[in-house]
Amino acid sequence: MMSELIKSNIRKKFREIKEFNFTETQVTTSANGSILDEFRRLSWEIYKHLPFPTTEDEPWRRTNIKGLKTDAFYIPVDGNVGDLPEIPEYLMKPLVGEIHGGFIAIQPEKINIQLNPRLSQQGVIFTDLTTANEKYPDYLAKILGKVVRPEEGKFSALASAMAKQGVFIYVPEGVHVEQPLHSVLWAAGINLAYFSQILIYLEDRASLTFVHESASPNQNDGQTLHAGIVAIHVGAESQLRYIELQSLGNHVWNFMHERVQVERDGNIDWVFGAVGSRLTKNFSDLDLIGNGATGKMSGFYFTDGNQHLDHDTQQNHLAPFTTSDLLFKGALKGHSRSVWQGMVYVANNAQRTDGYQANRNLILSKGARADSIPGLEILADDVRCSHGATVGKIDPEMIFYLQSRGILPIDAERLIVEGFFEPIMQRIPYEGVRKRFQESIENKMA
Amino acid sequence: MSELVINNLHVKIDDNEILKGVNLTVKQGEIHAIMGPNGTGKSTLAYALMGHPNYNVTKGEAFFKGKNILELSPDERSHLGLFLAFQYPVAIPGVTVANFLRTAINAKWRADDPANKGIRIPEFRKLLKERMDLLKMDHSFAGRYLNDGFSGGEKKRAEILQMVTLKPEIAILDETDSGLDIDALRIVSEGVNALRGKDFGAVIITHYQRILNYIKPDFVHVMLHGHIVESGGADLALRLEEQGYDWLREKYDIVSP
Ligand SMILES: Nc1ncnc2c1ncn2[C@@H]1O[C@H](COP(=O)(O)OP(=O)(O)OP(=O)(O)O)[C@@H](O)[C@H]1O
Ligand SMILES: [Mg+2]
Repeated sequence: MMSELIKSNIRKKFREIKEFNFTETQVTTSANGSILDEFRRLSWEIYKHLPFPTTEDEPWRRTNIKGLKTDAFYIPVDGNVGDLPEIPEYLMKPLVGEIHGGFIAIQPEKINIQLNPRLSQQGVIFTDLTTANEKYPDYLAKILGKVVRPEEGKFSALASAMAKQGVFIYVPEGVHVEQPLHSVLWAAGINLAYFSQILIYLEDRASLTFVHESASPNQNDGQTLHAGIVAIHVGAESQLRYIELQSLGNHVWNFMHERVQVERDGNIDWVFGAVGSRLTKNFSDLDLIGNGATGKMSGFYFTDGNQHLDHDTQQNHLAPFTTSDLLFKGALKGHSRSVWQGMVYVANNAQRTDGYQANRNLILSKGARADSIPGLEILADDVRCSHGATVGKIDPEMIFYLQSRGILPIDAERLIVEGFFEPIMQRIPYEGVRKRFQESIENKMA
Repeated sequence: MSELVINNLHVKIDDNEILKGVNLTVKQGEIHAIMGPNGTGKSTLAYALMGHPNYNVTKGEAFFKGKNILELSPDERSHLGLFLAFQYPVAIPGVTVANFLRTAINAKWRADDPANKGIRIPEFRKLLKERMDLLKMDHSFAGRYLNDGFSGGEKKRAEILQMVTLKPEIAILDETDSGLDIDALRIVSEGVNALRGKDFGAVIITHYQRILNYIKPDFVHVMLHGHIVESGGADLALRLEEQGYDWLREKYDIVSP
């Protein structure tokens, strides 16, 4: 009995991850004792008491963060980051349509905000977290900590406590933002810790297209940390198209908690594109909370080297007549690994709902591996739900066929991979996004 | 003038010897037909000539335009001017007929000249439309995913569309006539005949003499048990149509197939 106890203690010690070396003094405060201050203080308390997730926690079973160098990170503050590369020009170009309605570039010590004055006149807010806290605390209070809560996990608490950087969007009732808004988080550098909050609130009968990118150049040694929150409220009869692209350097450990809440007859078209990071754990929840709410989630990922991408998706049907449709497709090279774990949940009152999820993976190297785990939990009886999950390889007959037409094997493979992603590209009618992904495919397959 | 010369070709799949010494010479300008019962090695010959990795040439040689093609990869054989219309074309989901054909043309051009920038899009569109018109194909075909969900006949037509677009010097047509309706058979045959001339040779593998009414062969060969056992003119096909293969099995003392 005694020795059992000791053994399990030793094992526990072994597993344990050292706490981050962040301190309470690093939790940002502003002068006025604002809601953001209060929220951060509370989040810090929660963070302190939450343990690191381990592979014994079900959602983390396939993603081990033991390799995270928790004591290596410092938070970029004025003057301590040295010379970091600037955001490259191509990241600032519109990806959807010809022009931006607004653009925010976030990098350490610098934030650059542009917004079409016509939109501000209509009451649209598109700004960073600090400004939102100072100028629009009442609007911020509508969503801060309400959709994604700090207590959901170690990293959501940490991001909630620490995020100085972030984007806040507010669209008033009945306002249709025609030109897309676009933001970029440029997380350059090594041994740095980045925290971000993307908060979007659409009132009823509003519409918006928003693109958010997180990106950074590769580094050969060391690690960089990013912990982020995406919290979105889509009001009744509102429409949001949200496109998030992740091309962080292959040294970045990236932890995301994301949730979209959709009210009656609202709709979200949610696109995920991920080609970067050393390791990503991304929780993305779609909460259909009002009658007739609909959501579409479309994801594509392409990993190589020793990348590890874990997408944990939830489609929560919490009201009747709701519809969700998820398709994630990924290709894997090298020794990379992907995990997709999806759940369609239908609450007992959510009759006449329609839920679909599918995940397809294409393994391009012997050493790569994809885990694909669909799940259904249905408490209502009048529903239509289905799922599909596949992990496959390129059929050599396809290569031979293309090769017999003069196409080199490497081009044949690229063509097949592009074809594999075509169904997901069909769901993303944004030329710029498609082009960017095609370039990633080409780079990764070169 | 280029020719395809096959000498004493032996081919194994896994450990089974399927071709047991095939001899055949096809010159540009000639149309050859190969007939023979199921499972006698006709497709094996076609795949082996195109360089399918599962088909092991254990003996013999195959030269095209003076080059030992057995040393070349399938794409190099294609660049040299060899083409195979597959008996069972392979579906490439998500890749349109147009995108695929443009990639194939560019691959050929770049093989000839590495600095080549590839075919310009308007020029390619015009070419593809012309070729589809020749085969009386609807232009929407170009936007469909290659062989994905195609009917049997559509697949065969797509093979011929590829052939008339890529313009090979020697083409092997493996049962392209199977699965075609009567009109399609005529149209496809016209496509082949459009290429016919001193720069084009073909090997037509078929079970039916009907296609040979449209594409008059210069030579007809019979394959039995991994050998070409009999060769003759167009009249040989007529005789097979009437009498079947038993008289040949008897003559060469082959039990089956
Ligand atoms: N992958 C394979 N593995 C083992 N045997 C094979 C394979 N492919 C073909 N064979 C065998 O090789 C022999 C010749 O096949 P082939 O496809 O060349 O015949 P064919 O003359 O084209 O027949 P058909 O007229 O039916 O198309 C057959 O006995 C077949 O079963
Ligand atoms: Mg055959």
